[in-house]
Amino acid sequence: MNIKTILASAALAMTAATGALAEKTKVGFVYVGPVGDGGWTYEHDQGRKAVVEAFGDKVETMYVESVPEGPDSERVMTNMALKGADLIFTTSFGYMDPTINVAAKFPNVKFEHATGYKQADNVSVYSARFYEGRAVQGHIAGQMTKSNIIGYIGSFPIPEVIRGINSAYIHAKAVNPDVQFKIVWAYTWFDPTKEADAAKVLIEQGADVVLQHTDSTAPQAAAQAAGNVITFGQASDMAAYGPMPRVSSIIDDWAPYYIARTKAVMDGTWTSTSTWDGIGAGMVGIGEISSAVPADIKASAVALRDSLADGSYHAFTGPLNKQDGSTWLAAGETASDYGDGGLAGMNFYLEGIEGDVPN
Amino acid sequence: MLRLEKRPNPSKTWAYMAPVLAVFATMIGGGIMFAALGKDPFEAIRTIFYDPLFSEFAWYYRPQLLVKGAPLIMIAIGLSMGFRAGIWNIGAEGQYIIGAICGAGVALAVYPAQSAFIFPAMIFFGALGGFFWAMIPAVLKTKFGTNEILVSLMLVYVAEQLLASMSLGLLKNPEGFGFPGSRNLQQYASAHNAELWTGTGIHMGVMFAFISVIFAYVLLARHQMGFHIRLTGESPKAAKFAGVNPKRLVVYCLGFSGALAGLAGMFEVSGPSGQISIDFNVGYGFTAIIVAFLGRLHPIGILLAGLLMALTYIGGEIAQSSLGLPSAAIQAFQGMLLFFLLALDMLTNFKLKLASAGSPP
Repeated sequence: MNIKTILASAALAMTAATGALAEKTKVGFVYVGPVGDGGWTYEHDQGRKAVVEAFGDKVETMYVESVPEGPDSERVMTNMALKGADLIFTTSFGYMDPTINVAAKFPNVKFEHATGYKQADNVSVYSARFYEGRAVQGHIAGQMTKSNIIGYIGSFPIPEVIRGINSAYIHAKAVNPDVQFKIVWAYTWFDPTKEADAAKVLIEQGADVVLQHTDSTAPQAAAQAAGNVITFGQASDMAAYGPMPRVSSIIDDWAPYYIARTKAVMDGTWTSTSTWDGIGAGMVGIGEISSAVPADIKASAVALRDSLADGSYHAFTGPLNKQDGSTWLAAGETASDYGDGGLAGMNFYLEGIEGDVPN
Repeated sequence: MLRLEKRPNPSKTWAYMAPVLAVFATMIGGGIMFAALGKDPFEAIRTIFYDPLFSEFAWYYRPQLLVKGAPLIMIAIGLSMGFRAGIWNIGAEGQYIIGAICGAGVALAVYPAQSAFIFPAMIFFGALGGFFWAMIPAVLKTKFGTNEILVSLMLVYVAEQLLASMSLGLLKNPEGFGFPGSRNLQQYASAHNAELWTGTGIHMGVMFAFISVIFAYVLLARHQMGFHIRLTGESPKAAKFAGVNPKRLVVYCLGFSGALAGLAGMFEVSGPSGQISIDFNVGYGFTAIIVAFLGRLHPIGILLAGLLMALTYIGGEIAQSSLGLPSAAIQAFQGMLLFFLLALDMLTNFKLKLASAGSPP
């Protein structure tokens, strides 16, 4: 008997046991940050709570927070599967290979991995088109800046983050040709100290708009302390910092997806899928644009949001050149998701952004 | 009133009792904290300390304790040598990273060739990488008298930047769609530090951890080098008269701890982790400092302390998922362990005395 059969039969026995008891569907969540981060993990946990609310007694959820991306996450997932989880959401890119490993040992447990690209019979992937939100953000930021310097706190130079920078940049540039981006890499998803330092450095360099791709509210607090600097909520609304410095936000709304996938497991209709939804499907939300933004800018931002939502406009529409001046998209052409030069693997800056993608 | 009186000699009894009492005090203190969080304290303590060892799924957790504890033990063994002699290598985390990069680098350089020599070469270069990274503070200290604490610590941040650069550049998986991170060595048979017994997860690194414990024990008890280390720690003056060369000792101690940390990193990257990624390191190099002191800088003590630390990690995860305890509570719980240990350690060197009213304070 090998490990696969032992684990599988253990899991099966557990599922059978729980099934006999109350027919509860067990759903596990693996979080990369603390649930109180006010950003990325907070929104995933809101999704979990929505699942509990939607199904009441029929579900039981469990979660482990601040799980390092690596072998530790593999153990946490195994632990959940052994405890009889039917469905496990692993909510960070770094959980990709561990998710695939554990899924191979528990063929009867369904896995959902956020922001990755490796699928299996019992592993789905899902992500949101955050770059659509970045377009609206850049549109507002480009018009609000007086110093024409926009600061950007990057987490890791992975395609998802680079897409966000590019999208924000081209939409800021479209409304303000003099705009300049200063990018600082924090190499963390959640570290209030580092994020605050990064924000302060950017503000000292003259940035009066600070965009962030990290999850804490520390940059908001730094901007508030500096005064006259605007920010946007990241992953979560961060409304506590409105109307200034937080003038709007990109909100991740995982609740509808988590509810749908849990329902699919209950109904036995779950299949391995790849989901990449944006503003239109409601996975990405634009938070209330605050009173600090003039009415005309607000109106055009809302119009941009709506055109992204109904699909009449794509956030990456040509003509667009890469940083080195070579053509990426011809006039009128829109970016494809996959393949050469596709959005999924975007690892280059667009023309006009200074500096190099860290390499 | 209670007052402290210095003992003429450190108490042997208290040296052994302090860790045990610290664990009990942590259970009580932790229990109160869990109760304050609205959880059943007995259930929480049972989940953390008992479930990983004796519950229904203990067959999975028991070997996992060894897997989680192995890098901690291996690094702590190396550190304890220097700590005994008053040589403070705080940068094991960096040496761990460099060991992993060098070990994985060797494998990725020859990918996809299959050969029985690849894994031994990875072990060699992993140790060598950690050794050289530790040589930087060693040479700077012996040649220029710099402080090894600062230099080794700062080199952790340099190593982290190097790790990020490797994951995004040189060692990036060419088939990874532009995402950072190397190829997964688990899918490269010659380089895979595979589990030795199916289903346990126990890999070669666990064996090396045990070997390092035995090696350190013999070195300290039987070898002249071990004698020099102990002597320098206990009485630097006597060590000088005994002809101990302090510079050579710095090089030996830092080199030894660096090589062990490098080995730990190489076994981790080729086994449980599988790939070089930006956040490959999770703080083993720093936690090992706690393990070294929790284990009284003694090889057997470190072995037990490493396993205890692994137990609080694994038990803590179980408590999180099944009882809904926040991870911060688990970290506070681990912090209590160190706090109580340090507090009770006082009693090794001091006696508690009831001061009578008349006597001077």
